[in-house]
Amino acid sequence: MSTLQSLDITRRSATTSPSPSVRETEEVAKLIDISKCIGCKACQAACYEWNDLRDEIGINIGSYQNPHDLTENTWTLMRFSEVELEDDKLEWLIRKDGCMHCADPGCLKACPSPGAIVQYSNGIVDFISENCIGCGYCVKGCPFNIPRISKKDQKAYKCTLCSDRVSVGLEPACAKACPTQAISFGTKTDMIELAQTRVTDLNERGYDKAGLYDPPGVGGTHVMYVLQHADRPDLYSGLPKDPKISALVEVWKGAAKPIALIGLGLTALFGFFHYVTAGPNEVDEADEEQAKKTIDQPDEKRDGG
Amino acid sequence: MIERRHGTVGRYTPGARVNHWLNGIILILLAMSGMSLFHPAMFFLSDLFGGGTWTRILHPWLGLALLVTFTGLFLRFWRYNLWERSDSLWMRHIGDVVTQHEENVPEVGRYNAGQKIVFWGMTILILVLAASGVVMWDARFGQYFSIEQKRIAAVVHAAAAVITIGLWIIHVYAAIWVKGTVRAMTRGSVTGGWAWKHHRKWLHEEVAKEPR
Repeated sequence: MSTLQSLDITRRSATTSPSPSVRETEEVAKLIDISKCIGCKACQAACYEWNDLRDEIGINIGSYQNPHDLTENTWTLMRFSEVELEDDKLEWLIRKDGCMHCADPGCLKACPSPGAIVQYSNGIVDFISENCIGCGYCVKGCPFNIPRISKKDQKAYKCTLCSDRVSVGLEPACAKACPTQAISFGTKTDMIELAQTRVTDLNERGYDKAGLYDPPGVGGTHVMYVLQHADRPDLYSGLPKDPKISALVEVWKGAAKPIALIGLGLTALFGFFHYVTAGPNEVDEADEEQAKKTIDQPDEKRDGG
Repeated sequence: MIERRHGTVGRYTPGARVNHWLNGIILILLAMSGMSLFHPAMFFLSDLFGGGTWTRILHPWLGLALLVTFTGLFLRFWRYNLWERSDSLWMRHIGDVVTQHEENVPEVGRYNAGQKIVFWGMTILILVLAASGVVMWDARFGQYFSIEQKRIAAVVHAAAAVITIGLWIIHVYAAIWVKGTVRAMTRGSVTGGWAWKHHRKWLHEEVAKEPR
């Protein structure tokens, strides 16, 4: 996406001063009810349509999943996984993958370019592509393996949660297109409430482990799932059970930054104060005379010792 | 080489000086472009390279250039930097060195133990930076490494870079503090007195080499 006008920026990458934030919007969320999904890919098509992107025609590898992975053009992807939790009881778990819009976004924390990633007060995490420098740090920061770097322009792309639609009061294109209402969109509070009713319903129908996926390790997300098997998110094409920003990234983009600057600053300062207290280390006349003697009478070189 | 007419001692050939300063210029450019990507407070430095994207593009190529220039320095100087027993003794007197009680400090050859530590430190760090840098070079080598490997590389690269810059600060400060040092790298020679005071064993060796 690009910045048009935003008065509601909560966080901005590589920026420590406050961003324009006078406007406060309510937190929104997209709720994806996997138990209602029929795998039609209308959401995927709507995403291409609204964002005016097309992916390459792929090849069939024995699955409906196409393309095989998220790409710079495919910001949402139906991931198909077939599991048999009990004998002869096949379950087709189809998960609409894409950016989760974490409350604690690893991509934003890792990004070195001021304003290339922003988080709006409604919770949407957006890539401002014109500020992207193409370093790929967001890929390292993301606990869900979402951002993709384009081979065409070396910029990072991912789902915007249709920030352009949401900012003018529309729901995301995928939610609009879903024929079974497996994708709902609204305030986060409402979506959690809706999820609870769905979970209760699923519990009553034999899915006693059904639950809401809103992982606290990343502060909760603004894309949430209703899972039939909330105890086993890994069944859904490797959805992480307890996603967190990698400890390596936390060190690299956290403590390491002030420690490095302070450490280097003190090293230079220590040198300066050493100079002004101990004074320069100078060669005096006596040294030059000794040197002259050594050079002229090398046989007596050890005399000065 | 002793230059009797001026009472000076040759220390660096023109080739060594060019090699050193190319290495130094590239190292400074690398430190500035690297710091701009490491810390937001330093991001303004990316303007010197034509913006963030250009900084991202240029930094790894500068790294390759440093690998070439440092290899030159390594081949020139490694044999003078081999650690000797007297170096350990010198290190034990490091306090006397910085407080200028040099009468207690053992005589030094071409390089003292501090200089040797800078030399070997730089050697190891530049190798680590090159290896971790390749893993972070997404535009060229992104497809060969996993995200987790890239995360490890990022931490290693940042840590190694900070230590490298720290060593560089020490290296520069030592040259400023010890008067008469800079001319070794700008004019190629040092005064006899400088050699006598700081590298006496080396002066004796140079004198011994000269035909009388």
